[in-house]
Amino acid sequence: MKTMKTLLILGAGTAGTMLANKMSPKLDRREWKIILVDKNDVHAYQPGFLFIPFGIYKAEDVILPQRKFVPRGVELVTSEVEVVEPSADRVVLCKNGGVLNYDQLVIATGTEIRPDQVEGMLDGGWQHNIFDFYTLEGAARLADFLRNWQGGRLVVNVAEMPIKCPVAPLEFVFLADWYFRKKGMRDRVEIVYATPLPGAFTKPKASALLGDLMAKKGIHVEAEFNIGEVDSSRNVIRSWDGREIAYDLLVAMPTNMGAEFIERSGMGDELNFVPTNRYTLQSEQWENIWALGDAANLPTSKAGAVVHYQMEAAVNNLLSSMRGEKPTHCFDGHANCFVETGFDKGVLIDFNYEIEPLPGMYPLPVVGPFRLLGESVFNHMGKLFFKWMYWNIILKGIDVPLPNEMSLVGKSITAEERKTYLQLIKKGACNV
Amino acid sequence: MSDVLSTVKFDAEGYMVDANAWTPEIGTAIAEREGLKLNDRHWVVINYARREFTSKGQPPTLRAITKNTDVTTKELYALFPGGPAKMAAKVAGLGKPTGCI
Repeated sequence: MKTMKTLLILGAGTAGTMLANKMSPKLDRREWKIILVDKNDVHAYQPGFLFIPFGIYKAEDVILPQRKFVPRGVELVTSEVEVVEPSADRVVLCKNGGVLNYDQLVIATGTEIRPDQVEGMLDGGWQHNIFDFYTLEGAARLADFLRNWQGGRLVVNVAEMPIKCPVAPLEFVFLADWYFRKKGMRDRVEIVYATPLPGAFTKPKASALLGDLMAKKGIHVEAEFNIGEVDSSRNVIRSWDGREIAYDLLVAMPTNMGAEFIERSGMGDELNFVPTNRYTLQSEQWENIWALGDAANLPTSKAGAVVHYQMEAAVNNLLSSMRGEKPTHCFDGHANCFVETGFDKGVLIDFNYEIEPLPGMYPLPVVGPFRLLGESVFNHMGKLFFKWMYWNIILKGIDVPLPNEMSLVGKSITAEERKTYLQLIKKGACNV
Repeated sequence: MSDVLSTVKFDAEGYMVDANAWTPEIGTAIAEREGLKLNDRHWVVINYARREFTSKGQPPTLRAITKNTDVTTKELYALFPGGPAKMAAKVAGLGKPTGCI
């Protein structure tokens, strides 16, 4: 009789849950068991958090029991992780000091906001007139605050990059503009967007488009603002280079970091993200450890769509590794996202490690073409449709007819650009 | 200083094209051109940035600098006014740091 082996997945968020669903039917149950560990027993639809402050969703609209998405035969353990011991191939849990041995380990514990990493953010103003919307509690409290707010200066601040879903703070300001107009109080609200980036977004073409939209909506962008301190006694934020911005309401995107056990295990970079091969998704240090989604230190967006595009490489490389072979499949850094721009409109952007977002159309099988880098009503429908897809198709690991590798079909570019990009695509993800 | 820099290739924004061609003398000359007089504390940052670049192929982030050296963020901004990540990379002869996504 063969000895049983364990595929241990830490984190049952988008990446961990999808992977468990994808791997489950592919493994021989007499040889492999799958254990999924998460600190929560509910699964949150995180893209929905953005809508909670504006009363579009309530907290209960975006959570479901974790168990609903765990395939039969996969063991779900609810506990925090104390420490990973890669040299002993085992994980120690916080709950009852439990120990789990593994043959293959996948780290998919995502990223969390760390307001404690910004000087003064937790002093006094936190959850009084300083809120986040990256947690369910923060988003719900912000909704309560906004419902009764009489107006003033709203400052939306990104502390430092990278952050999860890098377009979310932009969407927040667009939706805030829409929300205050709808309430007939836009003239009583000044909106300031303070970002460490040189403009509205990281990628030049998308940044130009989104910057234009900001100007059109009367939103002031304070660029290259690296927050050094929150002074909640005076309600100002101060940058390291000495600029001050006063706020009545501060909506903060605090520093994002990987889970604390990654630091305790000595496995992370300076932000507790796991150094990971950007193509194979294998840990840079250990052959039987993999990092997926936000937990990895990859130079692509920290977003659910990225996880979707990572799955093919993750599943195939894990299977290779289980057979004692080298990884063969590569992830190209493909990311895309709908950007809510308010008034039932949205913008879609699509990019990978090598190619920045381009204007044009995104040919989506079944659903139809989406405009890229241009506002359209259809894009917004896509986003709302996505919540249904997330619960019913994506998390369950059912194949979605979306090509994993980025394509240039439908994108408006010059012949010259097309030539360069085609060369990049032709080289293939593994050979860039 | 123009002698030291006369054979060095720079991009349009003043970053060295070839990081391997860098020497401490070139670093000092670039700093002078940017209006900086380098002291020991600058060199802690520059040497760390060079080491990071050699092992990882990327200039370090601000957070990596403050976590792995004894230089604080406040001091970094004082040492390299107007954007320490970019300025340190420039003086250390490294490419422009690419913003995270």
